[in-house]
Amino acid sequence: MSTARAIAPVSSAMPGEMVLDLRGLRTEFRGEGPPAVAVNDLSFTVRHGETLCIVGESGCGKSMTALSLLRLVPRPGGRIAAGTAMIGGRDLFTLSEPEMRAVRGGEIAMIFQEPMTSLNPVLTIGRQIAETVMVHENVPWSVCMERALAMLRAVRMPEPERRLHEYPHQLSGGMRQRVMIAMALACRPRLLLADEPTTALDVTIQAQILDLIRDLQEQTGTAVILITHDLGVVAEMADRVLVMYAGRKVEEAVVDELFDAPLHPYTRGLMAAMPHLGGVGAGRMRLAEIPGVVPALTDMPEGCPFAARCGRASAECRAAMPPLEERRPGHLVACWHSGESPDA
Amino acid sequence: MSAILEASAVPTASRRFRPGRMLQRHPFPVVGGVLLGLLVLSALAAPWIAPHDPIEMNIIDRLQPPGGDYLFGTDAYGRDLFSRVLHGGRVSILIGFTVAAASTVIGLLIGVVAGYFRLADAIIMRVMDGLMAIPGILLAIALMSLTRASLWVVVVAITIPEIPRVVRLVRAVVLSVREQAYIQAATAIGTRFPRLMRLHILPSTFAPLIVQATYICASAVLTESYLSFLGVGTPPEIPSWGNIIAEGRLYVQLAFWNILFPGIALALMVLSVNVLGDGLRDALDPRLARRL
Repeated sequence: MSTARAIAPVSSAMPGEMVLDLRGLRTEFRGEGPPAVAVNDLSFTVRHGETLCIVGESGCGKSMTALSLLRLVPRPGGRIAAGTAMIGGRDLFTLSEPEMRAVRGGEIAMIFQEPMTSLNPVLTIGRQIAETVMVHENVPWSVCMERALAMLRAVRMPEPERRLHEYPHQLSGGMRQRVMIAMALACRPRLLLADEPTTALDVTIQAQILDLIRDLQEQTGTAVILITHDLGVVAEMADRVLVMYAGRKVEEAVVDELFDAPLHPYTRGLMAAMPHLGGVGAGRMRLAEIPGVVPALTDMPEGCPFAARCGRASAECRAAMPPLEERRPGHLVACWHSGESPDA
Repeated sequence: MSAILEASAVPTASRRFRPGRMLQRHPFPVVGGVLLGLLVLSALAAPWIAPHDPIEMNIIDRLQPPGGDYLFGTDAYGRDLFSRVLHGGRVSILIGFTVAAASTVIGLLIGVVAGYFRLADAIIMRVMDGLMAIPGILLAIALMSLTRASLWVVVVAITIPEIPRVVRLVRAVVLSVREQAYIQAATAIGTRFPRLMRLHILPSTFAPLIVQATYICASAVLTESYLSFLGVGTPPEIPSWGNIIAEGRLYVQLAFWNILFPGIALALMVLSVNVLGDGLRDALDPRLARRL
């Protein structure tokens, strides 16, 4: 079956064109006491056809970054306190709510982590995909359903004509995630946010879903922001990688550069905690974990938030937050000790 | 338990409506539904099947025992009790259904707003708490004494105290559904609020709402009777079960049938509606299925 050109490429986009330019995003939650800063001074760009991976432990602000881009930060309490997000010449954070609704699912679409609960159990999947088209394009329902069928074919759903009329509970987890992808791409978004799209799936299905996302990205040229804590997925998918810790960007580099020469101790810790096949002492060695946990958002230490868990932390680290510096071309890192050799 | 096993064993067959199967699996609601259907039919057909005019007096035949020309006997004015009970059903059923429909629709609208908007929730729920604190009968008596007695005032007076229950029910469902991941997913594709409500949130409220509506219907029929019995309900010129019992109680030692037959009709009506409601609850929510 040919899936090539099953869906049209994103219109009016040139290769390498900037899709999203995010600057100084700060997302915070207000409650009793001081606000909890979930995302702190985060800037990055994504280009047409590019995949940016955001990695970090749970609670590092990865998902909040994605929700902020859709302006779906949980309320009451959460709000975007600062920043600009330019997409197509407009700042997302100054759009009115109706304008923002057109952006959601239209220009920016999101795939959620839980395919089991992200589909409405009482609507057929065809209906749910067609719904996305209905919301954004002023076309008759029959056209929406045709598009839904085309999307099911594009995501390589087996027996798409039959699946169109089935309910989510009749599908497996992998098939549901395909439906989510079909919904997300139904209106040819310029930017696709995938928040841990494979975490809830088993390993063989993970590989299929990642392949699918990559293939569809090649066909359509959609820019992808892939949020994950799986460095294997990063190595597989990313063009560039952004490492987040406690709401801040601590390192950013092209994928090969990051894996070859990680500069931030946190990035190195993440890599050391990843199991390898083969290699020295494979099967016997205990994985090196990073001691401790991410500090609570309401209880951020002065200085570098990673200092308490870092083997190289000095008085300097505990006193002041290190600035983000370009140590090598295109390789940004925020660490006082990043200039030193890792083994020192 | 057996109902659950059976249901999972025949997932596709249950889609088609088969009365025999329904009766076998859920006997009570079917019996309740049939009984209610008969009562409604007889009330609707009252003008044609009633042997006498329900308000025509015939003093010579007053307080006749059941039998002969008068199936249920006659009352103190010689009116045919059978005809009066048939006609009385029209009032009870009209009030029961209207109150159920009105309080459900109004409660649904208020409940959805309360469940989705937090600010409105705080205000609306305090008002509802206030409404719930007023005894329904007292509110009805107050309303009835302020206005001229008519059927519609009775309907309003019974509807108002029922609204808070519906609001609470709908609000609870909306509160839990709005936190579901698929609501966030629907928002993330740009679905507008009205569509989100209609497509993703409202359908979840229907099952408990239908069940609640049957209980409200039964309770409204009873309340109408209390009010009529107390003399503040349906105007006396219209025969209703409550009115007939109220008039009959004066002669209970001479003619017990004056309260027996409308009493039976009232009991059957309330029973059938409640049984239907219980059955619907079990059928619509498999988690609540009673172990038989």
